[in-house]
Amino acid sequence: MNPALQGLMTIVFGVGGCVAYYFLSNLFLDKVIFPAKGPKAGRNINRANLVRPWLFLAPALMVLGLYLAYPVIETLRLSLTSRIPGGGYEFVGLRNYSQLLGESKFWEALRNNMLWLAVVPAASTALGLLVAQLSDRIGWGSLAKSLIFMPMAISFVGASVIFKLVYDTRPQGQEQIGLLNALWLGFDGGLWSFVVLRAIPVVLIAAFAALVIYVGWSLIRPMTDARGRPGNLAMKSLRVVGAVICAWLVWVSVSGAMGVMAAKLAFGTPQTWLTLPFYNNFFLMIVLIWIQTGFAMVILSAALRGIPEETVEAAIVDGAGPMAIFFKIKVPQIMSTIVVVWTTITITVLKVFDIVFAMTNGQWETQVLANYMYDKLFRAFDWGVGSAAAMVIMLLVTPILVWNVYNARKEMR
Amino acid sequence: MDNIAGSKSSLSWAVHLSMLLLVILWIFPTVGLLVSSFRTGDQIVTSGWWKSFMSAEQVLTLRAADPTDQIQQGGVWVVEGNLFVDMPQYEIASWGTSSKDVAAHEPGATVDLKDGEKITVQANGDYTWTAPEQLSGRGQRVFVTAEIPPVFTIDNYDRVLGQGVLTDLVIYLAGALAITVAAHFSLRGLGFAEPKGYAILIGVAAFLLMSVVLGLGSGIRTGAPGDDMGRAFFNTLTVTIPSTIIPITVAAFAAYALAWMDFPGRSLLIAAIVGLLVVPLQLALIPLLKFHNEVGIGKGYLGVWLAHTGFGMPLAIYLLRNYMAGLPRDIIENAKVDGATDFQIFVKIILPLSFPALASFAIFQFLWTWNDLLVAKVFLIDPTQGTTVMTDQIVQIMGSRGGQWEILATAAFVSIAVPLVVFFSMQKYLVRGLLAGSVK
Repeated sequence: MNPALQGLMTIVFGVGGCVAYYFLSNLFLDKVIFPAKGPKAGRNINRANLVRPWLFLAPALMVLGLYLAYPVIETLRLSLTSRIPGGGYEFVGLRNYSQLLGESKFWEALRNNMLWLAVVPAASTALGLLVAQLSDRIGWGSLAKSLIFMPMAISFVGASVIFKLVYDTRPQGQEQIGLLNALWLGFDGGLWSFVVLRAIPVVLIAAFAALVIYVGWSLIRPMTDARGRPGNLAMKSLRVVGAVICAWLVWVSVSGAMGVMAAKLAFGTPQTWLTLPFYNNFFLMIVLIWIQTGFAMVILSAALRGIPEETVEAAIVDGAGPMAIFFKIKVPQIMSTIVVVWTTITITVLKVFDIVFAMTNGQWETQVLANYMYDKLFRAFDWGVGSAAAMVIMLLVTPILVWNVYNARKEMR
Repeated sequence: MDNIAGSKSSLSWAVHLSMLLLVILWIFPTVGLLVSSFRTGDQIVTSGWWKSFMSAEQVLTLRAADPTDQIQQGGVWVVEGNLFVDMPQYEIASWGTSSKDVAAHEPGATVDLKDGEKITVQANGDYTWTAPEQLSGRGQRVFVTAEIPPVFTIDNYDRVLGQGVLTDLVIYLAGALAITVAAHFSLRGLGFAEPKGYAILIGVAAFLLMSVVLGLGSGIRTGAPGDDMGRAFFNTLTVTIPSTIIPITVAAFAAYALAWMDFPGRSLLIAAIVGLLVVPLQLALIPLLKFHNEVGIGKGYLGVWLAHTGFGMPLAIYLLRNYMAGLPRDIIENAKVDGATDFQIFVKIILPLSFPALASFAIFQFLWTWNDLLVAKVFLIDPTQGTTVMTDQIVQIMGSRGGQWEILATAAFVSIAVPLVVFFSMQKYLVRGLLAGSVK
């Protein structure tokens, strides 16, 4: 059958079937099982109303259960089994996990994923906040926002092609057709190069480190302060974990800044950006930052608009400058939205697959967990280890999942 | 608000300037791809796309005519003609016969080649190629450096989509636009309250009808083998549309139950859906592939439709429930008092009122399924590649023709054109959906 025709039939049958199901099942409930007439009419109506929500929910719950809940359990089970040559599976306990932990590619993927987690959400959120704030003050702000938002519509694969063109390299002596190499050849090691390639990155990294130190300090402070309320033991341990992560991030930033200052830069030679170990990760991250900044901007822009004007006016009356207003009045008020944006981008980062798959396919030390898992599942056909890798991704997502559910429950009460 | 404080003009300039810089930074890569898709392969590899709007000095590799019609003149054999055959004549700045030094000679100079052959090239491309013996083999190769004005071509689209497809599309679009405008005015004349929406619908329908009737998508015209995006385009469309519509239908009913019906376990269910929102779909690949194989769906459209329905479901329910829960309680209670059943309330009151949320989710799901690679690769594309989607086709082209930027850029632009149109025309709903969908 022609797939287009098949698609049309699926729409008709799918939508028609759904509507018919809801209509007929409601009818059946009201007329046949619990008819709203006769001596038991009142009780029947109540009973029917008890059952009805489940009629409305049944198809969605079936789909959710089969396509999202069941796979989690099944993947967990698969990660504990191994294929027996000749068919069938055997239970192997944690052997897949120990094999996973013994592979250097896995550690490379994990390390890169952590790097992505440290850089992409921070950069996207910061840029999004910057654009949201700047565009708020100018006449053509909505046009600017629309253009910066645009990459959201572009597929990761399309974005990969776009940036492969930016990173393209021609042999030395030929004219460069990649934007980045064309710019790179403009640097000659003078003052300007120092400012752009060393000073500005170091300042940015330092800003990030300062932010992390601030967050870490505000996590720890209530525990050292006698009047602080650190919460119960669970909260305390969460605070310690958070502070440790912050300390690690600071260490990464400091070593990164040292690396930037110390790196020998090959001025005048075109670079194959995607094959430079370690730095190529950042060139891949730029693609995702380029896409996600628009998302952060849209949400943060709405949050900025929602700030009560009185607070800002009061600050102006008190003589606060634009910087103070932004950092001391506006940012604290939209902190919860910033956290939402940050966690949402974090989840996207954990699942990032297409960009790495299309641009480097994990070569040159750019492997990430999702692509590593894809390699294991569909190239090596090692379902056990692949499932174990998937469980690692799930494990990394779980804190955010718990946090989201906790907040949603709190909000509903 | 901020300008109440009388913001300094220098600061305002800085804001404008930095915003402009950011915007340029953001759109430059995409513009590069678009421009490149209208250039020939030679142009792309010899100069950066940002130089394509200026006339540029380019080196062309040309050949003198093959010596089949040489004439004997005064004791030497002569081939004469013009280097620019089937192309515009450029003013030659310099030329050469060796690839090592392509700009060795001035126009008008006479140069000795091997075996006593000589060649003279004039500034307008006229050449005289002489030899003491009779010439044989191919025509002499000449490298010419000339100032070439900007040239753009739609050959790449013809190659990727099929001969003339882009031109036809533009014509159909113009036609559809005319029909839309006409429909708008005639509907308004007939007294419709909201002529714009209907007119757009009519226009889209007219466009689709023209495309189908006049032969697009019939498979008669396809792109060059291996580079063909036409079929992949229709495969993507086939994946996308049911994957967008079906989850909406299923989710809308569930969202209504979660928003407006009271039953034990409701808040638990909502919490579970919030949790499922972030479950990585990577976990679902193997179990579901196994499941599809067991029930006999295998790899195919049905499987990918079901998978997208499942993966889109939590967001759909979450978005729609949040929106429906915000609808005014009075309307629903009044309807109940008037004796409407839940089914009637849902179809006649809730659905029409929830249009913005439905549109938001539809755009999300459309963009997500259109741009998806992983789900299609796992659940749809079999080794015969008969059902390949555009994202996958682009990855294939990247692998096989990584150096041919004209093909790659064009293929990529074909795939991002539709989402861009959807994005710019429905941005309002997309923003609204984002605001409602990010877990607060």
